Amino acid sequence: MPAVELTNISKAYGATQAVRNVSLTVEPGELFGLIGPDGAGKTTLFRILATLLLADAGTATVAKHDVVREFRAIRNVVGYMPGRFSLYQDLTVQENLEFFAAVFRTTVRENYELVRDIYEQLVPFKDRRAGALSGGMKQKLALCCALIHKPELLLLDEPTTGVDAVSRQEFWHMLSTLKERGITIVVSTPYMDEAALCERVALLQTGQVLRVDTPAALRESYPWPLYAVRAARMHPLLQDLRAYPAAHSCYAFGETAHLSLAQPDAAAEAHLKAYLTAKGHHDVSVAPVPATIEDTFMDLLQTHHSAPVS
Amino acid sequence: MKAFLMFVRKESYHIFRDPRTLLILFGMPVALVTLFGFALTNEIKNADVAVLDFDHGVHARQVQNRLFSSGYFGLRDYARNYPDVAAAFRRGHVKLAVVFPAGFSSDFDHLGHAQVQLVADASDQNTAISLVNYATAIIRSYEQEVAPHRSGSPGPRVEAVARLYFNPGLKAAYTFVPGTMALILLLVSAMLTSITIAREKETGTMEVLLVSPMRQLPIIIGKILPYFLLSFVNGLIILALGVWVLHIPERGSLALLILETLLYILVALTLGVLISTRAASQQTAMLTSMLGLLLPTLILSGFLFPIESMPLPLQTVSRLIPARYFIVILKGIMIKGLGLRELWRETAVLFGMAGGLLLLALGSLKNRLA
Amino acid sequence: MKTAAIGPVIRCEKLTKRFGAFTAVDAISFAVAPGEIFGFLGANGAGKTTAMRMLCGLLGPTEGAASVAGFDVFTQAERIKQHIGYMSQKFSLYEDLTVRENIRFYGGIYGLKTAAIREKTDALLQRLGLEAERNTLVGSLPLGWKQKLAFSVALFHDPAVVFLDEPTGGVDPITRRQFWDLIYEAAARGVTVFITTHYMDEAEYCDRVSIMVDGKIEALDKPAGLKQQFGVSTMDEVFLHLARGAKNVE
Repeated sequence: MPAVELTNISKAYGATQAVRNVSLTVEPGELFGLIGPDGAGKTTLFRILATLLLADAGTATVAKHDVVREFRAIRNVVGYMPGRFSLYQDLTVQENLEFFAAVFRTTVRENYELVRDIYEQLVPFKDRRAGALSGGMKQKLALCCALIHKPELLLLDEPTTGVDAVSRQEFWHMLSTLKERGITIVVSTPYMDEAALCERVALLQTGQVLRVDTPAALRESYPWPLYAVRAARMHPLLQDLRAYPAAHSCYAFGETAHLSLAQPDAAAEAHLKAYLTAKGHHDVSVAPVPATIEDTFMDLLQTHHSAPVS
Repeated sequence: MKAFLMFVRKESYHIFRDPRTLLILFGMPVALVTLFGFALTNEIKNADVAVLDFDHGVHARQVQNRLFSSGYFGLRDYARNYPDVAAAFRRGHVKLAVVFPAGFSSDFDHLGHAQVQLVADASDQNTAISLVNYATAIIRSYEQEVAPHRSGSPGPRVEAVARLYFNPGLKAAYTFVPGTMALILLLVSAMLTSITIAREKETGTMEVLLVSPMRQLPIIIGKILPYFLLSFVNGLIILALGVWVLHIPERGSLALLILETLLYILVALTLGVLISTRAASQQTAMLTSMLGLLLPTLILSGFLFPIESMPLPLQTVSRLIPARYFIVILKGIMIKGLGLRELWRETAVLFGMAGGLLLLALGSLKNRLA
Repeated sequence: MKTAAIGPVIRCEKLTKRFGAFTAVDAISFAVAPGEIFGFLGANGAGKTTAMRMLCGLLGPTEGAASVAGFDVFTQAERIKQHIGYMSQKFSLYEDLTVRENIRFYGGIYGLKTAAIREKTDALLQRLGLEAERNTLVGSLPLGWKQKLAFSVALFHDPAVVFLDEPTGGVDPITRRQFWDLIYEAAARGVTVFITTHYMDEAEYCDRVSIMVDGKIEALDKPAGLKQQFGVSTMDEVFLHLARGAKNVE
């Protein structure tokens, strides 16, 4: 029995279709990622799972309970962290924790063991008001509050958005620790690099699931020959690569440009070097490169919508 | 239960850590009451008075002496007839005219019942009310001194018949303290409650609370309980200011006064909850409270403008304003010394409102978002 | 370009901002050349926002010296505002105004003539491929389009420098790259781009990157140079390496 099961879920806000016919399952103990940009429907899915919203169509169960009929049972076993940091800014760290513990009919001491690792980082600030914490610390406190009643399932809606890289890394480390304790985690993020840290991910765009798979399988599913191309100046490089006759797509990837070819070409490297040198580029290097999840996602986006959706 | 207590504690933190809330809570009543109070007391220093004396008797003269030695009134004009008085009012020379009818002194001595007419310029209604009240009090004290032994006669021997010029429908006295009290209690109870719930929606904490095992009713009660207590304290402060600083009498039962106040707070709180179930942001809650509570209460409750002189449609709308009934109750108990026997209708209306609003609020409380 | 000075467009020397006893920005010094894409990175609370506000003329510095587009941040804050563009993820355009109304509004704010606004609006809409949407409410445009439009509006009055505060938050990877194409085009036209971001791959797209830690600039170089300096292969690692040493991350 899966920990979370969504079957043909749809939800619209007025004329805007936020979620279209989404089906997903999350296994117990899994660290599952919902990956997609703003407007992909991540928050709506979380709210449906958290029993805060009713879907227009479809069914969903969380921890074997139906989200519509048995919402009370779900609320006892789910820890939910909404997209905005849902803390009382005018309460101290300690007061926030104690409050949420009491609301979930428990005490900080009772479940101290579970939150200890995170809580210890907060101890130096325990008398500081939550509003005065940095983004990273707020995020830790919010996680602590969501964990305080020992939930079976954690629903984390964009916990790392707007948080710096250091805090993000620490946060993902905490998630892997929690996963080892058997807690099922569903987490959403707009950062593609974080997808690699999940066991399985669903790639979402405009309310639809583009694909669900493990990060490795997603990378392998990339259908085109892919090359990382470097040259001294990025912008002209991108423009010239897009004009390359055999190019399928070309995107900047950090300090390189990822070029996919429409046809496999055994001598692609030599051809590309010659092409670019002829265009006047310096320090050109071309190497085949394995696709990242971001490459796969962009490819799926392109095949799904050739033009932006309004 | 523990969750509930924790909730109340949390709510108190919010209140006591937010200077703005505290300012609204405790600054506003004091400011409003003193404002209205001062506007009133400032006016009554040597107010210009016209006297129209048809009696020329000893009592009429004595009463005039009393009036003009009190410091509140100054003689501006001796009028010879009513048109003189009307002209003086129109020119704005005088605020009050005292008319002694012919035979006033002999009626006072022999019949034990005399009439004096007080005509006030009610375009400035608060001043008019006070002038009449002050003058009446002075006349009454004169009567007590001159003929204290003649008790047993029914009613006062001198009847001061007040006529309010320019605004004859105005009957309310001491409107400002009951009005302020009704207003402040409504604001504190309804506006602040609705804003704090909206704030939780805005910051996302409401989402977490909804997802918790905590039910909606305890959340709502936990939210309003601190405001219930605060409103009550506030009510007492306003009452104390009214009674001791502005010398409003408290003639009726204090227990009844307190119970009625609690009832009114309940109405206001349920209103606040109702607003909060609809408003998604603090701004909406604030605007709704302003437009839906503050303005109608100021304008339609009889606080600033007498209900009797309103156009009929507005009079009908004013029946929906809880403050209207509470002001009647307050004035009834404090100034007229009335009891439940006379005020049961207003009380019943407030009860009905509390019950109806409570049902509405509970009906629109949601388990979920949107 | 209405730049009043030749040489660096942004120049800071020991620029400092203190709030009481707390030093938010601690004697930072750097210079940005015309047409450069300058990445301004740092952990939350490192002082980025404060520094950026001073450069935009929104916040008076405590001490040091700085000029933007040739104007002094201490004495000519208002002139600076005339010569810079600003765009953030949070505030950009009015959702309840149409595309054209938004452009006209911003043109008006910067004192452009009506005829000039009309002419430039047409050119802008054509470049963005938004001609058909000119009378559409901005609120109903997809996020990616809004951001591209917001960027173009920030450049509408031909500023010497454009400040971009996390401009690409929340958009899909393709739109994010299309946004960078716009940045490159602007830089090629000679506009200086000053940008903050949480996407470390975007740091690689910058000509030079500075990393702030505890109010100080701890590193400033080309991305390749930084990676070499710290002996790592990605900007992500450079950033983590530096930010971990922070005393008051909180």
